[in-house]
Amino acid sequence: MLLFSLILIPLVGALAVALLPAKNAKSVSMATTLVAAALGVLALMQFQSEGRFASSFQFAGEINWMSNLGLSLSVGIDGISLTLILLTLLLGPICVACSFTAITERVRTYYSWLLVLLGAMVGVFAARDLILFYVCFEFTLIPMFILISLYGSTNRKRASVKFFLYTFTGSMIALAGLVYVAWFNSELPVGTQGAGRWTFEIAVLQRAAASMTPAQQAWVLAALLAGFAVKVPLFPVHTWLPLAHTEAPTAGSVILAGVLLKLGTYGLYRFAIPFCPQAIVEHAPLIGLVCVIGIIYGGLICWVQTDVKKLVAYSSVAHLGFCILGLVALNQVGITGSVLYMINHGLSTGALFLCIGMIYERYHTRSMKELGGLAARMPVWSTFMVFFVMASVGLPGLNGFISEIMCLLGAFQASDAWGSGLWSSVGGLAGGDVNGATPGTLGPWYAAIAGTGMIVAAMYLLYMTGVVVWGPLKEPHGHDHGHGDAHAGALPTDLNRREVLTLAPLAALCLLLGVYPKPVLNLIHAPIADSVRIIEDGRSALARSNGLLPALAAAPDTAQAATNP
Amino acid sequence: MIERLSMMYPEIALFVTTCIVMVLGLSRTLAVRKMTAVVAGAGVLVAGLLAVSTTPSGDAVTGAVGQTFLPGLVPYAKVVIAAVGLLMLLTLAGTVDRGEESRIAAGQRAFDPLRSNRAEFYAFYLFSLTGLMLTAGADSLVWLFLALELTSLPTYIMVAISTPENRGREASVKYFFLGAMGAAVFLYGFSLIYGATGSTNLNEIHAHFASHGLSPIALAGVLLSLLGFMFKIAAVPMHFYTADVYQGAASQVSAFLAFVPKTAGFLAIILLCGAVGWNYAPAEFGWTRPLLPGGGTDLPESIRIALWVIAALTMTVGNILALLQSSLKRLLAYSSIAHSGYMLVGIVAGPGDGTFAHNGLAAVLFYLLCYGVMNLGVFAVLSCIERGVTPEGEPIEADSFSDIRGLCGRNPVLGWTLVVCSLSLLGLPPLLGFFGKLPLFSAAIASHEIPLVIVLGLNSAIAAFYYLRLAFASFLEPGDAEASRNAISPFRSRALAAALSAGGVVLLSIIGNVVISHASVAGRYVPAAKPVAEQLDKLPAKHAGADDFGLR
Repeated sequence: MLLFSLILIPLVGALAVALLPAKNAKSVSMATTLVAAALGVLALMQFQSEGRFASSFQFAGEINWMSNLGLSLSVGIDGISLTLILLTLLLGPICVACSFTAITERVRTYYSWLLVLLGAMVGVFAARDLILFYVCFEFTLIPMFILISLYGSTNRKRASVKFFLYTFTGSMIALAGLVYVAWFNSELPVGTQGAGRWTFEIAVLQRAAASMTPAQQAWVLAALLAGFAVKVPLFPVHTWLPLAHTEAPTAGSVILAGVLLKLGTYGLYRFAIPFCPQAIVEHAPLIGLVCVIGIIYGGLICWVQTDVKKLVAYSSVAHLGFCILGLVALNQVGITGSVLYMINHGLSTGALFLCIGMIYERYHTRSMKELGGLAARMPVWSTFMVFFVMASVGLPGLNGFISEIMCLLGAFQASDAWGSGLWSSVGGLAGGDVNGATPGTLGPWYAAIAGTGMIVAAMYLLYMTGVVVWGPLKEPHGHDHGHGDAHAGALPTDLNRREVLTLAPLAALCLLLGVYPKPVLNLIHAPIADSVRIIEDGRSALARSNGLLPALAAAPDTAQAATNP
Repeated sequence: MIERLSMMYPEIALFVTTCIVMVLGLSRTLAVRKMTAVVAGAGVLVAGLLAVSTTPSGDAVTGAVGQTFLPGLVPYAKVVIAAVGLLMLLTLAGTVDRGEESRIAAGQRAFDPLRSNRAEFYAFYLFSLTGLMLTAGADSLVWLFLALELTSLPTYIMVAISTPENRGREASVKYFFLGAMGAAVFLYGFSLIYGATGSTNLNEIHAHFASHGLSPIALAGVLLSLLGFMFKIAAVPMHFYTADVYQGAASQVSAFLAFVPKTAGFLAIILLCGAVGWNYAPAEFGWTRPLLPGGGTDLPESIRIALWVIAALTMTVGNILALLQSSLKRLLAYSSIAHSGYMLVGIVAGPGDGTFAHNGLAAVLFYLLCYGVMNLGVFAVLSCIERGVTPEGEPIEADSFSDIRGLCGRNPVLGWTLVVCSLSLLGLPPLLGFFGKLPLFSAAIASHEIPLVIVLGLNSAIAAFYYLRLAFASFLEPGDAEASRNAISPFRSRALAAALSAGGVVLLSIIGNVVISHASVAGRYVPAAKPVAEQLDKLPAKHAGADDFGLR
């Protein structure tokens, strides 16, 4: 019930905003997001992170939908879904609040689609049915498309169309992979736990998918990667991101960076690992290589940007490269770092986009050539800006450091020989000898090269901060002294109370998660331990099929016996 | 004979209504003439209600006759035809005689039955629906041919009289000649099948194929028949007429063309492929040796490859050419071609093991309903917008993107219907089009047609380009001065049809399970007993007899 109401409340709020007069839009949407956030806190308090239910899916509910197709509206959350839902519900009121002065036309449309987007995102994280996940996943495209193309900047049409088409194409291929897994489950002999009948329940499919042959798993992984890698985004299918981020309105960018990108990383965690354990172990080095390339490439492109928003957008590409690197390290430290990175990136990059939005509302430019030394003019804003830049860079003491170090540690520890992972995987593809090397390992080389990505991140972010915040004061022509009068509407020179209230919770969380991340780590520990167990099973199954380990003496479960000849 | 009539109550009701409508439309009293459409609608409604209580065909218990390998097909198909037919009738109101009636109302002219087209228009519409229902209940090749012709010949006339401009006549002539050629092709195919099997009765043909396999002549007959049916569903390579005919006819009649011939073609394809059977092993491939059933789950290899290539080409050609269009009606014509391609994937997949998720035939039958409703929504919106009225009193149609720009602001009902139905045609969850495509996906994966599934997915993504343009031109873009001069058609039933379509799209995506259960029953395939290949030479050969024309 709780989860269904978490999904429905934003949708009902959207309907209310659409039907009520425009002057009520802001207050109704603010109330809706605050009620949803309160419910989220309630869920957090009732969630059991230790004990018997720690890694199971709590607050579960199910409504029969299309039983002929095996669809049901089945929801449930574990620690990871809970943290991501809390991130979404936290960013909800913040996005509503930051749009109060930015959006002046077609106000009702804006707030109602923003609320629909929030409801759909909660649905993605709460879904325990594959098609419910896919429906909510795809349905987030429409509100985002509308927000970008109606309320964005100059190039908004191209940005919104490119965003929609890239992600829609990838998702179609992912759908083929997901339906394949459902079909595989329906072909198994009828079992007690849902095997053998047509269903889309994720728990059932997870049990069945582990018995797919490595070749089948590889194809399913390729299909899932096609869909989720576009969303994350991974190099080289990332080109929609800078355009979409730059042209979106402030709240759109915050939601896009904060939550929408995490749909892709969450999808990889929730589906790529449990559905294809052997395949992901086998191909982890290749995925890790793509991530490392993304980190370095994204960082170098950021360095030459002059548009502040585009710089932060490309930095998302680099940061999420770290996130997926930790994920494909496939050990407890790495995956924990990856999940933590999802949350921390949402907080810090979301806040960076908020700060940039506040600049844009006042000066109507984002170019580093026209802005400079704003600390003299806007000290409060500058404090927040530097704070969030430091969180994004990964300064120890703030949240970015924790997740970054854990991802790198995971990549470093995922080795048995000095960087043998990639060579054995590539050599295996080229028909070389794979004996003697454990597949699915990253290694110190990955961590080292990604570590230089940290240095590049510091370079471009600090350079940007140095130009925009410090240095000689430079304001765009026409915004001279005396700015803050009636020119830009009611916005004062420095931040007003509403804007400080949108940034303060994010800053507090960045600091808290930087010095005391233990509550979050407690929440996510048990589910990740389960995932690591699945990965280890996949690793040993792969080693057995490669002849590196002796075959199992006792007969494995009947599903495996039936499908492996 | 009596048993056969008892299965045709819906068609009889429609036929009686046709006779009444033909007379009503010729009355000199305006009020009586206006009742023509209402009576036609009542007839379709009665036919639908009668169809609900139709017994399944081939049911040994009740003694009903008909084809036996798809027993549940007839009731479902007739109800779907009646339901979508009623919606289409709401859209078709006011198509013909508009200028003529305005002149009569202005007193310039007296009512002249020779000039009036109203009676013929509605009568031909009802004839076409009758033919469509007869196609569903066909159990012999002759019946199938007659039903298909009864479905198509009225459509040629409807296209011609839908608009007094020359484009209607040009479209009709093109459609007629190409349609006649298509009919000749599948009739020739039917004759070859008769020559090979010795019977025109679908049950006997099915039993013959099950026991003797396909001889080369039978294979040629089946392939030619399928090629002729491809004309009906506008599949490559028989798709060239589609864009010109849709553009030449009035929008409402184009909506009719997008559903009725397509349904007729797919019902015929399902019946013919059902007679052939999906139990051939994929390794069997030969032009000269007979194709033997048993040991597999596909159509005979040459038929399967032909349908595979046609499906892939149809989807791709339809979507790519739709990208290039600036005329809305041509864009919808090419999108119609693409949707035919999607449904052909279900035919290639076959009935599988009978569960709905594996059953390509049930997926096609469900998709026909989904497609009928959502496509009608878009065409109904188009038919509501008029750029103006000619001096003769006939409407000037809206056919370009500039006409629908900003429609949501000017007329929310029409604008939002366009958005909902376009996004549903795209296949965006959670709208109906996605739940129509999902069974096609799953059926194709279940029959191991993975490359075809990839083609289907990529084509859906290509289609996003133009459906997005269509959906958001009305919602996101502000209307320009030209668009704001457009009037809404005075025939309010078209707006009602649009709203009902949008409502149907939303409703069916919530309670679709009920319809899916019926479609699953309709797609249930009950093949004849399949002898093992080695025992074939022990069976007696079939002799042609006097009662083999299937007209029992």
